[in-house]
Amino acid sequence: MIPISWILFLSLSLFTIGIFGVLARRNLLFILISLELMLNAVVIVFIAASRYHSASMANSDGQIMYLLVLTLAASEIAVGLSLVIHMYRQHHHLDIDKLNKLRD
Amino acid sequence: MTNYSSLLALIPLLPLFSALILLFSKLPKQGISILAVGSVASVALISLFLNVIFWQQSDFVLTASLGSWINIAQLNISFGLYLDPLSLVMITIISGVGALIHLYSAGFMYPDNDFKRYFTYLNLFVSAMLFLVLADNLLLLYLGWEGVGLCSYLLIGFWYQDKNNNLAANKAFLMTRIGDTAMVIGLFLLFTQLGTLDIQEIQIKAHSVWSLTHDNNTMASLCCLLLLGGAVGKSAQLPLQNWLPDAMAGPTPVSALIHAATMVTAGIYLIARNSQLFQLAPDVLYLVALIGTFTLLLGASAAMVQTDLKRILAYSTISQLGYMFLALGVGAGASAVFHLMTHAFFKALLFLAAGALIYSLHHQHNIFKMGGLLKKLPVVAVSFAIGCAALASLPFTSGFYSKELILEQVVASGHTGLWWAAVLGAFITAFYSARLFFVVFLGQNQLSPNAMPTKSMSLALVILSVLSLFGGIHPVGLKMLMPQLDAEGLSTLQHWLPITLPFLAILFAWWMFKTKRFGRPISSSLMQGVHQLLKSGWAFDLLYQTIFVSPFNTLCQLNKDDLIDLFYRLIEKISCKLHMVFSQFQNGQLRSYNASLIIFCILAFAWFIGGELIL
Repeated sequence: MIPISWILFLSLSLFTIGIFGVLARRNLLFILISLELMLNAVVIVFIAASRYHSASMANSDGQIMYLLVLTLAASEIAVGLSLVIHMYRQHHHLDIDKLNKLRD
Repeated sequence: MTNYSSLLALIPLLPLFSALILLFSKLPKQGISILAVGSVASVALISLFLNVIFWQQSDFVLTASLGSWINIAQLNISFGLYLDPLSLVMITIISGVGALIHLYSAGFMYPDNDFKRYFTYLNLFVSAMLFLVLADNLLLLYLGWEGVGLCSYLLIGFWYQDKNNNLAANKAFLMTRIGDTAMVIGLFLLFTQLGTLDIQEIQIKAHSVWSLTHDNNTMASLCCLLLLGGAVGKSAQLPLQNWLPDAMAGPTPVSALIHAATMVTAGIYLIARNSQLFQLAPDVLYLVALIGTFTLLLGASAAMVQTDLKRILAYSTISQLGYMFLALGVGAGASAVFHLMTHAFFKALLFLAAGALIYSLHHQHNIFKMGGLLKKLPVVAVSFAIGCAALASLPFTSGFYSKELILEQVVASGHTGLWWAAVLGAFITAFYSARLFFVVFLGQNQLSPNAMPTKSMSLALVILSVLSLFGGIHPVGLKMLMPQLDAEGLSTLQHWLPITLPFLAILFAWWMFKTKRFGRPISSSLMQGVHQLLKSGWAFDLLYQTIFVSPFNTLCQLNKDDLIDLFYRLIEKISCKLHMVFSQFQNGQLRSYNASLIIFCILAFAWFIGGELIL
């Protein structure tokens, strides 16, 4: 069995990469991808925790949580992507540094 | 007596009503002159009538009331009029000379567009002055006093389109205001000390209250000093005298009115009216005499070198008022009032003649541009000569009797030093009067008159000439006014010197004129400096400019950005700066929002964890 610390480390790496992506990327599409990455990092921890706590599969809360998050992520990305496409049609680019109209 | 009371009430009210009618009606110029001149002339007739009635009575008092003004617990002030010999003399001068000046103005101001406004002010002026001298309490007197100040301001700045006239009017108003402030404080003090503002009651109560404490008369002195402050301001005496030469900015009949009948005589009247109060403060009386002496020398010496016709007359007024103050100061109030009367005659005459000159000569004021006018303007020349003779106090003119009387009284009071100063002043007065007459009417002819004085102007001049010549003979009833000093024991020198000196001065002036020393450029620089100093009226304007105006202006300049404002502006600036700092955070950059969110989360997390670890 893989030690849980490894999995936590993997999750932490993915999450950090996600944060970095959100902060450093300018393209809205890549930010969305980075967000997905962070969600996945969290979900991995859920699954690992579920596995770690009950070897007999008696407690599958973590995996149920995983399905929930997966659904949530899918619907979120659907809305997000449609917004991104709309935005692209309007501005012909997806650079968030220039898309700061909400400030005004 | 009741009939006379209603007559008395008419005296100040007639010009007032006339002014009100003028203010609210649209009359043709003829109608305006008839109304304005008629109202003052009828007042003059009423006062002449009262003079006839009370001719032989020495101790009459006539009162009238126009209703109550203020009526609170202890403060009862009515519009009460009080006529005694002193105020009878005053109203006769004011209404008589005033009526002549009105008559003259009807001709002089006829071409002016603001004819109506002029006569409204003029009538109001006379009315205020009549209220001043007839008031039976000091508050009503003060009302008239301020009315006179207001009207003088309006009339000096009558031609308001010229900025200099407005400045002169402001100066006159502000300078007299300094005195007025002192006076009103004096009124408050008198009321708190004596509990009344009724003039007669004040005289009586002052003697009973302050005579008991002989060693401590500081309060009486203080009251007198404050009243003196008001008198000094109105009558243009030493510290506050320099508004009068600038007050020439108004129309010439106004100058005549201010200088002769109204305004400047108010200060003399105030002191004469309160003479019993002033007797309680001998130090202040001596100060009055000193102020008078210095002012008469200052005015006379400044008049010697002026080139503007009206300024010469203005300085001579200052100097003649100095004589009246001197007389008041040595306790000869009656001779002061006598001189006030003769001065009113001849100074009104001089100003009106000067006005006729200026009227005829294209508004020329410089005496050295005139000359040789004796044959061209005979009426003006003769009346001017009479006025100058009276001013120089040549024997048998009105000015002679009054000035001699003052000099006698000064000797009788024992102030020999002041007497010598006054005699010197008389010499200078005769000198500048002669200079004025010679330069204007004799010598080379330079300008020819383009307009002859109108009939009403000539008539006023003739009447005033007669008054200036004969107005001083045997002053009946002078003794009634106030106690006079005993003028026995004059030495021969003291008797003859004041009579001969004017002739010497005129001879000297004639010599200077014949050798063409007047108006010649001065070579020596020292003399030029003295000339400049005298011409600027002993540089009082400059002095006040340096002492008061400049420091005040500097202070204003320094405090231009108000110190208190500066503090509040600092607060405003700080909040602006903070606003700028915080608005940096809302820059619309999604990534910086994110970064701050994450940094905050990490820090908060670290803090929690750290806290856990320490615990």
